Amino acid sequence: MTATADVGVTSYGVHLPAWRLNRKEIGRALESGGGKGTRAVSAFDEDTTSMGVEAARRALAGAPGEPRSLVFATANPAYADKTNATTVHAALGLDRSVPAYDFVGAARSGVGALLTAADSAAAGRPALAVLSDIRTGLPGSAEERDGGDAAAAVQFGSGDDVVATLAGRGSASAEFLERWRIPGDSSSRIWEERFTEGPYKELAQEAVDTALKDAGLTLAEVDKVAVTGLHRRAVRGVARTLGRGATVVDDLVSLIGATGTAQPGVLLAAALDEAAVGETILLVALGDGADALVFRTTDALPALRERRAGPSVARQAAGGREVTYQKFLTWRGFLKREAPRRPDPDRPAGPPAYRNADWKFGLSGSRCTECDTRHLPAARVCINCRAVDQMVHDRVAEVPAVIATFQADLLAYTLNPPLIAAALNFEGGGRFIAEVTDADPAALKIGDAVEMTFRRFYSTADGVHNYFWKARPVQAAVQADEEN
Amino acid sequence: MASHGIRDKVAIVGMGCTPFAEHWNKSTEDLLVDSSQEALASAGVALDDVDAFWFGTMSSGFSGQVLSRALKIDYKPVTRVENLCATGSEAFRNACYAVASGAVDVAMAIGVEKLKDSGYSGLVRQDAAHDGTKTPITAPASFGLLAPAYANAHGLDDETLKDVLTRISWKNHHNGARNKRAQFQAEVPMETIRNSPKVAGMLGIHDCSGVSDGSAAAIIVRAEDAHLYTDKPIYVKALSMVAGPGAGPMDPTYDYTTFREVTACAEAAYQQAGITDPRAEIALAEVHDCFTPTELVLMEDLGFSKRGQGWRDVLDGVFDLTGDLAVNPDGGLKSFGHPIGATGLRMLFECWLQLRQEAPAERQLASITSGERKLGLTHNLGGHPGDCVSFISVVGSEPSA
Repeated sequence: MTATADVGVTSYGVHLPAWRLNRKEIGRALESGGGKGTRAVSAFDEDTTSMGVEAARRALAGAPGEPRSLVFATANPAYADKTNATTVHAALGLDRSVPAYDFVGAARSGVGALLTAADSAAAGRPALAVLSDIRTGLPGSAEERDGGDAAAAVQFGSGDDVVATLAGRGSASAEFLERWRIPGDSSSRIWEERFTEGPYKELAQEAVDTALKDAGLTLAEVDKVAVTGLHRRAVRGVARTLGRGATVVDDLVSLIGATGTAQPGVLLAAALDEAAVGETILLVALGDGADALVFRTTDALPALRERRAGPSVARQAAGGREVTYQKFLTWRGFLKREAPRRPDPDRPAGPPAYRNADWKFGLSGSRCTECDTRHLPAARVCINCRAVDQMVHDRVAEVPAVIATFQADLLAYTLNPPLIAAALNFEGGGRFIAEVTDADPAALKIGDAVEMTFRRFYSTADGVHNYFWKARPVQAAVQADEEN
Repeated sequence: MASHGIRDKVAIVGMGCTPFAEHWNKSTEDLLVDSSQEALASAGVALDDVDAFWFGTMSSGFSGQVLSRALKIDYKPVTRVENLCATGSEAFRNACYAVASGAVDVAMAIGVEKLKDSGYSGLVRQDAAHDGTKTPITAPASFGLLAPAYANAHGLDDETLKDVLTRISWKNHHNGARNKRAQFQAEVPMETIRNSPKVAGMLGIHDCSGVSDGSAAAIIVRAEDAHLYTDKPIYVKALSMVAGPGAGPMDPTYDYTTFREVTACAEAAYQQAGITDPRAEIALAEVHDCFTPTELVLMEDLGFSKRGQGWRDVLDGVFDLTGDLAVNPDGGLKSFGHPIGATGLRMLFECWLQLRQEAPAERQLASITSGERKLGLTHNLGGHPGDCVSFISVVGSEPSA
């Protein structure tokens, strides 16, 4: 049971979608319920896979090296049968030799993925755990109101790169009818909360006791406590009990909602964003039992925070643009609206998608070794010097770009009209015409800076999800717009 | 290693063009019968007299059999060609080359498109199996990319640019209102055009060409035989066609204020036809005004306006029926309509009418009736800005001296 002393977090990243639903809007539209605060809403072109990619890119940007293993956890997978983790793997441009597995089904898969990644690191294989969830519920339900959409990625390794050692862990598994969902349903069913509150408190105590003993610590020595779970009453109760002598990490439910599978990763990241060197963090996850993880931050943490990409969890949680309830329902498929008078988009075909996987998933074009011209997508004949087959791979997923010209397309097929298309000029050369997402067309200008984001373009009638990259105005620009 | 051209080697001796419209009661076959019958009658020949056929359609059928079945052609060569919106022009170009080569005596170029039966807005086409990475931008937005780029490059504010685009649409509706075969035969007030519902960026519905059904056809013979068929043949001076390398969407130096394909195409066409000052020498230009920004940019690419000055010339009325150089006197794609495979031949049909002085008096050009000018130009493109095919023909009412 003892955690390997030098194994722990080597990097992490969080993706919170750009959109927020004000809970009051639910009440206003349905003339009932609603609530306080906001919840995070994944955009029409996001799913758990694409959000996982975004979180993982942020984690990799600060990571000491590539992971040797990838696990992807979600309760809301884009595909069954087909592995979703391989899409994440391809979008990250990881080496083929890196295995990628799904942990799919229950929200508990999130903490399971974290511990599995830690085990892998302990066995000498640094591993990336990607946790992602989109919480749905029938319109007007508590699920819809209290849930939230998010993704987090945590890389585990060992040695000097560890920024938070996994000092102890404990689990308590139990079978009871608390929350369940038939595959395909859009909402969970929940047993009467007061029955399950009791078992959860007991199970949490067991898991925490084991983890603290494992770490050789007492509760009084814990600096920060983060409690996650979809059972709101139990989470509050456990946090109250454990938090008596420690700082309770804000579970962010008032801003982004309870993010299910992703929540342990999001709160661990939030704690690490703020933690001092040598702090002890107790992470407790409730769901079909309880799991407790004890981390102790190292003096490598401040350097990671400086070099990693992306805004902090707190900054992401505080940002966001409001989406109307009608639009939210449309994006979720609960409000079926008239399609544009255009043919449904046709399905991406397997063979070309496989041949062009470096481009489609990895956003890798080619660069001419004769004249250094970049081609997006890859070409065999150079557009500049006409050299043939003198190309090397050239990934631009992390390369900044600016808008050369753009247009809001009101006729194109999209769940979120208008579709904005822009010709992008990349730093270091290269151009392609990309869709722009998370943007306000009225605020866009030629010359605006954009960054690339991995998205789900659409899904076809026979269930093929079409993934590719879009551009989004850089975070700084988005926030400047909000301030204006 | 050169484009020699076939100046004055072939001539058009008959043409036909259906009205371009929402032809709910006509099939593709009906439209082909209508345009071919008119062309044959105008040349005074029978179907049997035609040795070979070049048939253009983008998506209204496959193979030459669409034509041979419709016309009941008796076991003769029929070639189906496709080059996006330049399909009709491509049929014409190939028919001309067949006659110029001596391979056949009489050729028919015919194009057709039936767009309205699909039930969709705008163009629809079936693409080959793909990886799903192409941004699904529609044609109006794709050509709309020209608008902010042009304004940015030449220092125009949005209001001025909107005035220019509105003026182009207004002019083409004005001309189409004098054309019984046009899809839209009413003048449209500037305010209506300016305030029409938005389709893409600043482009409204009135900045877009009409989606229509239609067909047009031409009979082509050797120039020396032309007077056997008609007293007023139209001589082919230049046939220029280029396909670009698709550089625009991948080359950051392309600035979306020009079609490089068109400038190259125009250079070759003017060289073939011996034109040095197109704005002064040409009587009319039928250009590919699929969207209003396209026509604006074409004025500069075709050498009718100095670079960056096209917008001023538009506002000054240079391209009106009574201007220096009439552009789209038949109404253009904007008001005549745009059945893809027929459009290039429809442009030629206006040159045929104008140069033979058979256009209705209300749009017949004074520079032709006065004998001052004798040349017409058609420009037709397919694809998208930065990634297209371009075609230009120059035709004239007299063989060169």
